[in-house]
Amino acid sequence: MKKVEAIVRPHVLEAVKAALQEVGVVGMTITEVKGFGRQKGHTETYRGSEYKVEFLPKVKIEVVLPDDLADKAVDAVVKSAATGKFGDGKVFVSALSDVVRIRTGERGEAAV
Amino acid sequence: MSDGKKRMLRSLAFGIALGLVAWGLRATTSLAQEPSPAAPPTTQAGAPPAQAAAPATAPAPAPAPPAPKGPDPTGAVTGVAADVAVKDAAKPTLLEVMDTVGHNKISINIVWTLVTGFLVMFMQAGFALVETGFCRAKNAAHTMSMNFMVYGIGMLGYWICGFALQMGGVGAVASLGGTPPLSHEFTLSLLGHPFGLFGTSGFFLGSDVYDVGVFALFLFQMVFMDTTATIPTGAMAERWKWTSFVVYGFFISMFTYPLFANWVWGGGWLSQLGANFGLGHGHVDFAGSSVVHMVGGVAALAGAVVIGPRIGKFTKDGTPVAIPGHDIPMALLGTFILAFGWFGFNPGSTLSGTDMRIAVIATNTMLASAAGAFAAMLVMMAKFGKPDPSMMANGMLAGLVAITAPCAFVTAPSAVLIGVVAGVLVVWSVFFVERTLKIDDPVGAISVHGTNGAWGVIALGLLADGKYGDGWNGVPGTVTGLFYGDVKQFIAQCIGTLTCFVFVFVTMWVFFKVLDKIIGNRVSAEVELAGLDLPEVGALAYPEFQLTPGSGTGS
Repeated sequence: MKKVEAIVRPHVLEAVKAALQEVGVVGMTITEVKGFGRQKGHTETYRGSEYKVEFLPKVKIEVVLPDDLADKAVDAVVKSAATGKFGDGKVFVSALSDVVRIRTGERGEAAV
Repeated sequence: MSDGKKRMLRSLAFGIALGLVAWGLRATTSLAQEPSPAAPPTTQAGAPPAQAAAPATAPAPAPAPPAPKGPDPTGAVTGVAADVAVKDAAKPTLLEVMDTVGHNKISINIVWTLVTGFLVMFMQAGFALVETGFCRAKNAAHTMSMNFMVYGIGMLGYWICGFALQMGGVGAVASLGGTPPLSHEFTLSLLGHPFGLFGTSGFFLGSDVYDVGVFALFLFQMVFMDTTATIPTGAMAERWKWTSFVVYGFFISMFTYPLFANWVWGGGWLSQLGANFGLGHGHVDFAGSSVVHMVGGVAALAGAVVIGPRIGKFTKDGTPVAIPGHDIPMALLGTFILAFGWFGFNPGSTLSGTDMRIAVIATNTMLASAAGAFAAMLVMMAKFGKPDPSMMANGMLAGLVAITAPCAFVTAPSAVLIGVVAGVLVVWSVFFVERTLKIDDPVGAISVHGTNGAWGVIALGLLADGKYGDGWNGVPGTVTGLFYGDVKQFIAQCIGTLTCFVFVFVTMWVFFKVLDKIIGNRVSAEVELAGLDLPEVGALAYPEFQLTPGSGTGS
């Protein structure tokens, strides 16, 4: 079982969700986050004083899936989230030691 | 929905429709058949105000009932001679008619004073929204609460003694029917002239002032006082301890505001600079650029100086750090609400709906507000390339504050000029207060109300055009400024401005210093960093939203 975490621009959320569903993903969790990488922030002025806007709003999408779906999911995210400019984001893939469905108590692949 | 339910609803709807049709038919046919009986004439219109107040419940001995009146869709025959109560309908006397005219005139004035007073009360909401919008989310409940509670605290303090000290000796306010009981002013004789210092009638709005005119005056003056009281909450926001704020609310409403207001509006010594020393009409301030706004702004200055800047506002070398407000739409909405309320603030200060100068006053007010906002916007665009919403808001308010004193005395182009200068002045002042004086004012209260309050009364001394104000403060002739030939009026304005600054700053600085020693004005550093909402008022403004830290600013 793998977890795919994608940090993307907020406005591509719908496109990424649709692309993931198309490859067979049924569930996901999203969080609103802020961050930066190579995309630089910018400087603004408030009442005459400058301040740096360094942490930029992004959306984090977390998906847990069976191993064989992971690569397809990563491709789907990259295709739907890319704009070609700095700040497109990153995808992290990690291996999970266990998954549990709370309603039934199922564990492992059956719970994904 | 089940079939049974659908059938029931359909029957119900049909039954209601049938009932409506039947009622409609009955109503229209009955009007054709039975003319509605004439209502007996009421006594309120006819009771002469000079006599002892008679209860308006017992109908006067009715003359022969007038012919029944049919429906009148245009008002052409509504409100006629028959509505004036006279002893003998066949022989009305001039005195009876004059009594009605007099009653109606004062009624219009009282209604006007009350309704404009209600508009000014609504400005409390405006101030609350502006200040809360300009502070951070972690302090929103506390800032809102201060602005909310100052309304009540100020009113109670004013009821206890503020009104009496301010207006106890103002004498007869003619437009409100005479207000006879307000005739006790404590006066000192100095330099061979009477110096009125404070009034001494009207404490607790007791039985000696239980008069309709006085009550209308109280309401109107109270909401003006509350405008002053709520100004320092902006300059001292995000670090002011609740208990200190409560004590402040009583002090400013009971002493600081009423004393200066007495000197300008209560017949006190600043208003008599003309009668006593020949300085124009004395210090003139139509609706309160100095009495309300400068007092508030200078009190804000004293408070901000004593309480100190927010943690993180200035770097070690004194460079100001931007702390953006958390809700710009809220702040701008509040500004519009204030601008709307100002339609009560300025025109209402005639205390008379029958003084048609209210048209000029209201329009001048409006013009200055737009000019102030636009000028401030242009300054920011010129300096930084983009307009700054918070400065646009400050600009509009600065224009309104600046026009508040001269609104009744200047031409429309002068009003625009006053607004433009105010818009430029407020931007300059914000930078001066923050960068030169190193005082932290989260909302610009000192610059909007203090700096432009002073500009307002000075502007009156320059631009009053001599078209209005005959007999102001007991001096014959209209109010005229320096550019229209009266240098002495300008001097009187300067004296008033200087007095305001010195009196208010010293009083409030000493007050805050003493209060600091007794209970402390400022919250602890941990409370300030965590946000005042829970520690000070026990409630989070936005408990359900995940608050993410600002983009590298604040905490």
